[in-house]
Amino acid sequence: MIAEVGLAALWLAAALAALQMVAGFLAVRAGDETELAGLIRPAAVVQGVLVSISFVMLLWLFAVTDLSVKLVVANSHSMKPLVFKIAGAWGNHEGSMLLWVTVMALAGALIALVERRLPERTMQATLAAQGVVSLGFYAFLLFSSNPFERLPTPAAEGMGLNPLLQDLGLAFHPPTLYLGYVGLSVAFSFAVGALLTRQVTPDFARAMRPWVLGAWVFLTVGITAGSYWAYYELGWGGWWFWDPVENASLMPWLAATALLHSASVLASRDALRVWTIMLGVVAFSMSMVGTFLVRSGILTSVHAFAVDPERGSFILMLLTLYIGGALLLFSLRAGTVSEGERFAVASREGALVFNNVMLSAILAIVLLGTLYPLVTEAFDVRVSVGPPYFNPVGAIFTVPMLVVMAVGPLLRWRRDRLDRVRNEIAIIAALTLAAIVLFSLVAQVELLPLLGLALGLAVGVGSLLPLRGRKLTRVPIATWGMVVAHFGIAVALLGMASESAFSKERLAAVEIGQSTTVGPWTITLQGVEPVAGPNWTAIEGRMAASYAGGEPTIIDPQARNFWAPPQQTTESALVTRWNGQLYAVMGDRAPDGRWQLRLWWKPFVPLIWLGGLLVAFGGVLALVGRVLADLKRREVVRRMASRRAEQEKLA
Amino acid sequence: MKAKHQRLVLVVLALIAIVGAGLLATYALRNQASYFYLPEQMLADPPQVGQAVRLGGMVERGSLKTDADGVTLRFNVTGNESSRVPVRFSGIAPDLFVEGSGVVAEGRLEADGTFVADNLLAKHDENYVPKELEGMTQQQASRMAEETTVGLE
Repeated sequence: MIAEVGLAALWLAAALAALQMVAGFLAVRAGDETELAGLIRPAAVVQGVLVSISFVMLLWLFAVTDLSVKLVVANSHSMKPLVFKIAGAWGNHEGSMLLWVTVMALAGALIALVERRLPERTMQATLAAQGVVSLGFYAFLLFSSNPFERLPTPAAEGMGLNPLLQDLGLAFHPPTLYLGYVGLSVAFSFAVGALLTRQVTPDFARAMRPWVLGAWVFLTVGITAGSYWAYYELGWGGWWFWDPVENASLMPWLAATALLHSASVLASRDALRVWTIMLGVVAFSMSMVGTFLVRSGILTSVHAFAVDPERGSFILMLLTLYIGGALLLFSLRAGTVSEGERFAVASREGALVFNNVMLSAILAIVLLGTLYPLVTEAFDVRVSVGPPYFNPVGAIFTVPMLVVMAVGPLLRWRRDRLDRVRNEIAIIAALTLAAIVLFSLVAQVELLPLLGLALGLAVGVGSLLPLRGRKLTRVPIATWGMVVAHFGIAVALLGMASESAFSKERLAAVEIGQSTTVGPWTITLQGVEPVAGPNWTAIEGRMAASYAGGEPTIIDPQARNFWAPPQQTTESALVTRWNGQLYAVMGDRAPDGRWQLRLWWKPFVPLIWLGGLLVAFGGVLALVGRVLADLKRREVVRRMASRRAEQEKLA
Repeated sequence: MKAKHQRLVLVVLALIAIVGAGLLATYALRNQASYFYLPEQMLADPPQVGQAVRLGGMVERGSLKTDADGVTLRFNVTGNESSRVPVRFSGIAPDLFVEGSGVVAEGRLEADGTFVADNLLAKHDENYVPKELEGMTQQQASRMAEETTVGLE
């Protein structure tokens, strides 16, 4: 019964999305006088409610492990801990697609309820565009991947969930990224809506901005969490592999970062109209490309789960339809979008445009590098593209971008002179040079990490300079957001550079009772024992790790064996200090009875993820600041209106 | 500068930067993408010594040895029966790395013909087959599929 309710709600929601689409387009064609137009907002709201019901039903089926439902049988097991049963609902293809449309429909409902700034016609066009996008995903769910499909006879037991996914961080990682992707689809709908009615105004940018900000925050958190997960769970001791699946989340982030900045220019200075629309289309295209790459299994990846080539072609079809359609609309309409305000090259806008272009260039480099193996495979040549390509080629554009990022926020809008900020530029330049000299004298550091350390310092100081000489309590929250986010980039950069410049590694085979060292650490293997968890058994190493001869900390890395499905995972052990992290992995037993240990000392490596979180927090601050400012403005408008009404009454 | 001109200049600059990035990327990709070799290809047309490449095949049964230091593995990667490339790897072998399973080794060929791997990619679960191995002959592929799903308990 539960499954049938879920399916019925999904069909009804799809019908409402169709209504929203048809009514929306008719309203846009006819002007806002049609009778159907009144249905658009309610349709969006009810659609959000229905699809939420559908998603809750799926959660319920997973929570009680209903073994008559195919999806539950394929992805769950009655013995699994409850939190992973629930996370199992979206840890698979069908469930994650349902999550996608659920979030998208809820976003639509929210827009329909609260957005009053846009002209009504643009609003209707936006909701119509949203109807088109969601309808594709509804069709996908209902016709080719129904999450509520029953088995002819209930199974006796479920097949389990991939053990690599049985990790709290990872259980919430995909939905985080999805929220980001969906936020970008909302931005896409806004862009299409504004193109349809040719009303690309600062109001449009203000309406779109919270969605871009929200999407960007979720993407940032998702990428940061994904990187940390790969770092501690895969046991390779690395934090970024330029794996296609990682790139799939990085590309929309790059586009969203550019979009965020150009939307800000449009919202506050009424410039970059066409460029902002273009980025709105590109950002969503990148999240579709990402979904396609991850879901189709077309590229090799250690992260790709729930892969199915047939579904890949469905996503490819949607991708072509949406992106092709939007680009066609863009090429037809872009010329008719009227001119925005002008600005000088040396201005805040100029710096933002520069960074936008650099971000786009980096995006192009990542996209080409990710797709290149596909292209060569068509000619039967197999290649893999990795750090030797991405790092130096990306750096060519990242380095100037970071330089401008340090200086840009100091510039005034519209027109400025560089010599006005020459003191600040001198401080930043002196710091960068000093850092380069210092680090190249102290240690043998390669070029890229050296640049990373120097630019990290420069950006860190540069990001705080806009606060100089201001009363801190009076700085707007949104400005704090920018400062914190830029500072976070600097922190992450320092972490990355420090990790690649100063990491120490030790690979050793030791007998029980023996010690080995890595960097300032001494590690003694005290014992190796078998241990068991709810659905795994493991070999656990017990080690005493002491930093520079200090009090030892006991760590116990494991090599785990799961039995449903049969698989092994590495549970690394970490010791975090203020100045870095010790990373220990348990290896196999060598034929002579010694145990293999792999140890790393990674100075300041946690800064990478701390920086990522700071960037996301900056985004949250900006979002809060914008929403508060917005509410205040609305209140003022309301009060003025009521005062005017009162005066009219008196007169 | 007129508004129209400014927009044009911006568009042109953006195009130059992005096309430049594209050209740079294509150039770098042609030089730096690491190539994938099957053992028979590596023997017939070896890559330059020191060039980053990938070698994929099966771990030959009976060839896996551990050096005296306890952490250096030596094994042969085979493709067709007659072709084998000796591989040396210092590190902890990935989960489910066993004799007779598929493997992709990232690394470089040394002058003496040994392939020194920095990284071994093996399957993460019983269904994982390195995509690069799909080009192997039907018989090899079916044998690998058989062997990678048995004996993991």
